[in-house]
Amino acid sequence: MNRLAIVSSPFSARLNRTDQVMLQVILALIPGTLALIWFFGWGVLINMALASLFAIGCEALVLRLRGRPVLPAIGDLSALVTALLFALAVPPTLPWWLTLIGIAFAIVIVKQLYGGLGYNPFNPAMAGYVFLLVSYPLQMTTWLAPNIPELLAAHDLATLSFLDSARLIFTGALPPDLAWDAVSAATPLDEMFTKLDQNATIPEILASPLWGDFGGRGWEWVGNWFLLGGLYMIWRGVISWRIPVAVLAGILIPAGIFWLFDPQAFPFPAFHLFAGGTILGAFFIATDPVTASTTPRGQLIYGAAIGLIILAIRHWGGYPDAVAFAVLLMNIAAPTIDYYTQPRVFGHDRREKR
Amino acid sequence: MDSALQATRLRAHQRRLWTFHGGLHLPDEKELSNGSPLVRASLPPHLVIPLRQHIGTAAKPVVAVGDRVRKGQLIAEAQGPISAPVHASSSGMVIAIEERPVPHASGLSAPCILVETDGEEAWAELPPPLDPKPDPRALRERIRWAGIVGLGGAAFPTSIKLSPTPDRPISTLILNGAECEPYITCDDRLMRDRPDRVLAGVRLLRDLLEVKECLIAVEDNKPEAIQALRQTLAETGDADRIEIVAIPTLYPSGGEKQLIRILTGQEVPSRGIPAQIGILCQNIATAAAIADAAFEGKPLISRVITLTGRALRQPRNLEVLVGTPIRELLAQAGGLGPRLRELLIGGPMMGFTCEDLEMPVTKGVNCLLALTPEESPDPGPALACIRCGACAQACPVTLLPQQLYWHARARDLDKVRAYNLFDCIECGCCAVVCPSHIPLVQYYRFAKAECLAEEQEKGQAEHARQRHEAKVARLERLEEERKASLRKKKEALTDKPAPARGAASPGAAGGGSGQSLSGAAETSKPDAAGPTPAVAPASQATGTAEEAKKAAIAAALKRAAEKKAALAQQGLGPKNTENLTPAQRRQVDAAEARRRELLATESVSAPQTLDPPPAQPGLVQVGEVGMTGSPPPPGARTAPLQSSREQP
Repeated sequence: MNRLAIVSSPFSARLNRTDQVMLQVILALIPGTLALIWFFGWGVLINMALASLFAIGCEALVLRLRGRPVLPAIGDLSALVTALLFALAVPPTLPWWLTLIGIAFAIVIVKQLYGGLGYNPFNPAMAGYVFLLVSYPLQMTTWLAPNIPELLAAHDLATLSFLDSARLIFTGALPPDLAWDAVSAATPLDEMFTKLDQNATIPEILASPLWGDFGGRGWEWVGNWFLLGGLYMIWRGVISWRIPVAVLAGILIPAGIFWLFDPQAFPFPAFHLFAGGTILGAFFIATDPVTASTTPRGQLIYGAAIGLIILAIRHWGGYPDAVAFAVLLMNIAAPTIDYYTQPRVFGHDRREKR
Repeated sequence: MDSALQATRLRAHQRRLWTFHGGLHLPDEKELSNGSPLVRASLPPHLVIPLRQHIGTAAKPVVAVGDRVRKGQLIAEAQGPISAPVHASSSGMVIAIEERPVPHASGLSAPCILVETDGEEAWAELPPPLDPKPDPRALRERIRWAGIVGLGGAAFPTSIKLSPTPDRPISTLILNGAECEPYITCDDRLMRDRPDRVLAGVRLLRDLLEVKECLIAVEDNKPEAIQALRQTLAETGDADRIEIVAIPTLYPSGGEKQLIRILTGQEVPSRGIPAQIGILCQNIATAAAIADAAFEGKPLISRVITLTGRALRQPRNLEVLVGTPIRELLAQAGGLGPRLRELLIGGPMMGFTCEDLEMPVTKGVNCLLALTPEESPDPGPALACIRCGACAQACPVTLLPQQLYWHARARDLDKVRAYNLFDCIECGCCAVVCPSHIPLVQYYRFAKAECLAEEQEKGQAEHARQRHEAKVARLERLEEERKASLRKKKEALTDKPAPARGAASPGAAGGGSGQSLSGAAETSKPDAAGPTPAVAPASQATGTAEEAKKAAIAAALKRAAEKKAALAQQGLGPKNTENLTPAQRRQVDAAEARRRELLATESVSAPQTLDPPPAQPGLVQVGEVGMTGSPPPPGARTAPLQSSREQP
């Protein structure tokens, strides 16, 4: 009988595994990724491949230096998720070495130097993104024009082929017959708030052909497809509904109040949903379990605060989008939120102080 | 599909049910073992009957090695307020009383009585059956005598649970037939095959406790059991206040506090018991055992045990004699198959591994579970916690397992207590849903054990401190008593007339109350002892004690002054009195003069102002001091204090 080891209950099969959770996240990213590639070209895909490669390389390197087993940590797919989220957030024209710097910062410093998966206080993908945004603002805010024929024709814009994109990313050179002006365009958020700063009214701004049904053309559909992936994750129980709903409510409710107050100076709330990284942020980034709040009430507070900060930075801040800043700011607050929002334990008085 | 429909029908038109937070829908695996009716296990060649099969003190053997015992004979009696007696499960001879491995999570051995069975199954003389409506006292006594303990697993002596205090009347009796843990079907089979016994016990309990309602709760994955109970209840009549409630299948609905929540919406206070909210829970198997004890006079010597798992060839339920070695039972379930990975005592969620097949089954064992590698796969190495919160979602107690894990890992015991570790019921839900396969329950058990060890250590330290303080107080008291007797002797002497030498003579100190040991010794010095102050003309009316006190103070002051002078001569006096300017020296001299003057007057007047009114007889006071060991009066105390203060 000695062959039977003494172990502790429970003895049932475990119902889940970290890598399967991560795989669900990656699967949920597919529709939004496809939409992003459709509208913004092959650069997105090249960036994703590069970022993944760099992330796994960095992770393996640091784990080796730390004397930790490499394969199980790579196998949990968390570095891959970080890389993919990073690549989806950066412009599709980002030079390869910036991707490398951003990923190295995210994986080596933000994730591994704090102890690896589960110990990092900040969202690695967003920390890497912000690091680049602050250091290389020009490269980080140059977006291609969405691939919509009538829009391209109206503005005399061109799209990049796969080879053009690769050449741009690896050498920084555009095709000889094209200038930056011919391929890039302001993002809807940029357009909106630059014009608002110039005292244009909302109807004037929306008259531009850049605008679609509920947001910037192209952008609005990217958001929709990411939303699909987010709902899939909620359905599969990978994330709870609380954080995304709270983020969206944190944006929509105050934005709606502002809009009712002055529709000339404040865009219709739905604009915020389908502009920039709102949906990606709400469903995929703010929900990163390691860095988010974990208590039910805490998640609502955490999400709502992210939404509010996003709105505040967009309206009154210096950066066009704010998801990364908002998420990082609330990452710091998450442990405190958790502490003060512990659920009432079974059999304890509701008012009981711990 | 069929059973789902049936379940819906069973729940129709029912009382309102509540839910608890979390819980898991687990594959129930009940069909593996619940297909065949109960049968008696065959008689083993020998029985290993542990003396402690219950929560509380171990029973005390009343048989000796070599004694012949009969079936049902008392072989060990309860001792202490929480205990239960043990009876021989079959007839035979006591061959040993020794330590044997017993089924317990600790894996430790415990004293057992070994009985070699003779195969005759000859019953001891049993007590007569009780009336259908027995006297409560007689019934409680019968339950106590029969050694009945909670058969759901906790094995708490039932007779104690059934004796509620008058300030906590029981209004609701809950019979727990939920059997929520996967694989286990012993209660299911008991309800199906012996519903009459179960209901007879339920009626006894209902009448004993005079409850307002009596609920029999069964998870709706056991429609046959529910049907059997309902049918029997209708056929046998007397369904008064008894309701059979089908509850939704959700692990761990069979947990006592969870079940109470489901049925009543109430929560048992943390670390409290159901009786605090007027509820009492009993397992249905316990009810059946009570019926057997009351109406057949049988003590608890057997119980139903599920033998199951895919590593057993013929899973089934057996009615087993307490003390039967596990090896014997496994053989009656077709034996262990080749694909055994884990043999458990109890279910897969809360059971523990069995390391020795010679271990006996006890009153508290409900299941032997032999799992294959597919049923209990190796979870692999634990990965880092990603704080996904799946554990918190599953926790039926609404704890934050991820925080508990974090702090348990850091051995931060204050924090784990603050996060209510001791509300954890170790149901295992968190560990099963954890994507990182962290053995969470193991961490909590570790932290609980650490907390208990720490508390025990604190308790021991506190105990040692109290002992030390008691010792110090005792020594002080003895010293006081010794001094008091000295004083009495002295006073007996002073009662005799003696020549007075001078009223205010500061050196004429007798044995003052509350003096230090050296002070008492000094009384024997010729210059200090000599004449007594009792006859001092100035204070004849105030009595000898007061005189003695004054003298003592004066003596102490004098000693202090002498000591100071001596020290000053040796150069050990206050350092700040050296190298003074003439002006400072003059100031010091003036102060000294004033002080000396003050001392001279104080030695006369101070005791009078500090002491109680002269009308109070001083002798009584002295006696009090000596007898009770209370602190000496204030006047006496100033002397040693003052002298010590004068030390540099």
